[in-house]
Amino acid sequence: MAESPRTPGVIAGRLDAESLQSNFADLHGPLDSHEARVAADRCYFCHDAPCITACPTTIDIPLFIRQIATDTPKAAAKTIFDQNILGGMCARVCPTETLCEEACVREAAEGKPVEIGRLQRFATDTLMSEGTQPYTRAASTGKKIAVVGAGPAGLSCAHRLAMFGHDVTIFDAKEKPGGLNEYGIAAYKSVDNFANNEVTWLLSIGGIEIKQGQALGQDFSLSDIQNQYDAVFLGVGLDGTNKLSVDGASLNHVTDAVEFIADVRQSKDYTDVAVGRNVVVIGGGMTAIDAAVQAKLLGAENVTIAYRRGQENMNASRWEQDLATAKGCQILPHLQPSSIEGNDSTSSITFEYTVTTPDGLKGSGETVTLTADQILMAVGQTLEGQPDGIVLTGGKIQVDSNGRTNIDGIWAGGDCATGGDDLTVTAVAEGRDTAEDIHKQLSVN
Amino acid sequence: MADLTTDFLGIRTPNPFWLASAPPTDKEYNVRRAFEAGWGGVVWKTLGSEGPPIVNVNGARYGAIWGADRRLLGLNNIELITDRPLEDNLGEIRHLKKEYPDRAIIVSLMVPCEEQAWKDILTRVDETGADGIELNFGCPHGMAERGMGSAVGQVPEYIEMVTRWCKENYNKPVIVKLTPNITDIRFAARAAKAGGADAVSLINTINSITSVNLDTMSPEPSIDGKGTHGGYCGPAVKPIAMHMVAEIARDAETSGFPISAIGGVTTWRDAAEFMVTGAGNVQVCTAAMTYGFKIVEEMISGLSDWMDSKGYQNTSEFMGQAVPNVTDWQYLNLNYVAKAKIDQDSCIKCGRCFAACEDTSHQAIWMKEGRVFEVNDAECVACNLCVNVCPVEDCITMEPMAVGETDPRTGKEVVAEYGNWTTHPNNPSVSEKA
Repeated sequence: MAESPRTPGVIAGRLDAESLQSNFADLHGPLDSHEARVAADRCYFCHDAPCITACPTTIDIPLFIRQIATDTPKAAAKTIFDQNILGGMCARVCPTETLCEEACVREAAEGKPVEIGRLQRFATDTLMSEGTQPYTRAASTGKKIAVVGAGPAGLSCAHRLAMFGHDVTIFDAKEKPGGLNEYGIAAYKSVDNFANNEVTWLLSIGGIEIKQGQALGQDFSLSDIQNQYDAVFLGVGLDGTNKLSVDGASLNHVTDAVEFIADVRQSKDYTDVAVGRNVVVIGGGMTAIDAAVQAKLLGAENVTIAYRRGQENMNASRWEQDLATAKGCQILPHLQPSSIEGNDSTSSITFEYTVTTPDGLKGSGETVTLTADQILMAVGQTLEGQPDGIVLTGGKIQVDSNGRTNIDGIWAGGDCATGGDDLTVTAVAEGRDTAEDIHKQLSVN
Repeated sequence: MADLTTDFLGIRTPNPFWLASAPPTDKEYNVRRAFEAGWGGVVWKTLGSEGPPIVNVNGARYGAIWGADRRLLGLNNIELITDRPLEDNLGEIRHLKKEYPDRAIIVSLMVPCEEQAWKDILTRVDETGADGIELNFGCPHGMAERGMGSAVGQVPEYIEMVTRWCKENYNKPVIVKLTPNITDIRFAARAAKAGGADAVSLINTINSITSVNLDTMSPEPSIDGKGTHGGYCGPAVKPIAMHMVAEIARDAETSGFPISAIGGVTTWRDAAEFMVTGAGNVQVCTAAMTYGFKIVEEMISGLSDWMDSKGYQNTSEFMGQAVPNVTDWQYLNLNYVAKAKIDQDSCIKCGRCFAACEDTSHQAIWMKEGRVFEVNDAECVACNLCVNVCPVEDCITMEPMAVGETDPRTGKEVVAEYGNWTTHPNNPSVSEKA
């Protein structure tokens, strides 16, 4: 093999296929049935359990764990799916360390929570591996609903609407359904094409048609679907990205981290994915971590995450930060980019140190320059385009507690809408609850 | 370090840990390994009369129930007495006893209920130099159907009769092993004593079916689709065994009668508990079958450390210490009042105490804002359920109320005087007398 981590430039094939395969293996392997029963036995079956409250989809966690402990994992899966039809993906990508597992009383007691995420995966994998759909559609209502976006919010909404007997059409801009589950999550969190398989399984309830390559505002307008459907749900996500406004930001190999993540996920062969020798990722959220870790796993020699505030302010959980450092990435807090140097392509990036003052974050005047042949920007995502007539708040679609927008007949949920954190599990909850409201509304009319 | 040497019926062994008559003591190979591991003695697997060897099933002999992580909590078995030739067993006993003179070898016996059958085998056993015999009146499966084992142990007259035959025909210690599959263990123990036995050992295994296979509808262990009851043993039976040992220890007729305790002894602590409840030593089986003979090292070190911490020099110093405290319900002090107390610092807010009390007991625990759980003394009857379901040791405790305090539940003052049911005004027999 000619290439190595030390080969200059942005190139593919820094590691051999075998190393890459092992690097991108399942981050948390599945539990086998004995391990699952042992892990399940640690659950105390708390009264009014704090983990349930901590789950954005309010899964009855003690009940599903007891169902695993008593050797009925499919019943456990049903308990999960009743609340969260994307429970399989959430088991893989939820930051459980800041949700259910943080609330687990055993975390308080001994710093070792019940492995709720892995148990949820065990249950959902067991049922999904049979390929059967546990839900059936109610008798057809004849109502037609348009869902825009086949991400977690849209899919969750569509499934619940299908259960009620409505006919759903999903319009999705991408080539494949799944949204961030398909394009935006580190590959080692969703191996074996799980996101795609999950969508196929979810759709097996029937009554849901997906149209790919259909972008709102380009291929159809909001008024088109408003006219043709009884209700509209917008779950378009945040497809735009913030850019750096510093000199040199337009040089080659200065790109969006989300694009890099999507490229890794969509690659058939990791030896084809190009990565720099010295990669700098700018940002402090999950996107920054996912991009940095994967750059390292692809064979980059040095990967640095630069974040403008303190490490404690990063949106990525401590657990995710530790994952990055354990994989060999370096996290440098209190650095804001001031310029990118290079001829055609980036060769280095200069940061100014920051200090937190009563007036906010300020540059200290001191700078540092890092060698960088690849720079990945993970400085936030935005709503791309404003749907006609829809009111935004803080750059997101403004919705009430039922997911209703300012326009009658149009609902929204997930990352594109106000309310809740930008998490898969939150999007699922919003999609589900909005479907309930849409159904209620359509039943009245 | 404390001296674990134990004298039981004049048989001195380096420690009170014997292996019970069971599969682990079926032959020289196992027993030698046991002695090398440090066991104080063995009761050899039960011998039967001379003749065609015993036949066992050729399928599963054991069934089990498990706790978390497949920790074995209870085991049952349908194995019969030894299926090896009598002569082989006797020869092995003879030369092992010579080789390990400081260890006890007791020979367990089960022959038909005829005096001649017992005479015959006793002569043979005597020749081995074994330290004594144990009469298997407990085995609940298989042999009982042939009028032996628990079929004898369930009839006190038979116990007395066979024991007397043995005492008349054998001049070393005779231990009578009792079955728990009986209404009142004291009658069996009294019969053994009346027959002249030197000691009783108990409990033998309990009639049991561990589980049923819901696909085949066969009880486990399954032999070609059918199952039968087996003898239950292991940690799960310890409370039953301990009650029976205590009943014999405190019975006026058998008080002071030597007892070798058997039933779920798994750790040094179990052994110590049995011994303070009246046993002179303990016999172990399931724990060894689960973990191997090496566990005796923990039993030795654990008992020795505990004795050191309490200042006991010799095992005889603590034997029976708890017996006076085992009493009838009617003598419990009804003037003693306790209340549950939850230590908020160690509480992990799981709420199990609340669920248990609210759903199934006395509604004496409040769940307050922020998952703070507190006891309502006005409702708490000190039942101890919250203590038992709490996953944190010592988080909830039962605190006795001081004399002179008023119990908010009853409005009555706590008094220093002892008062039990026999003198309680609500007792009809008390009011009749009045």
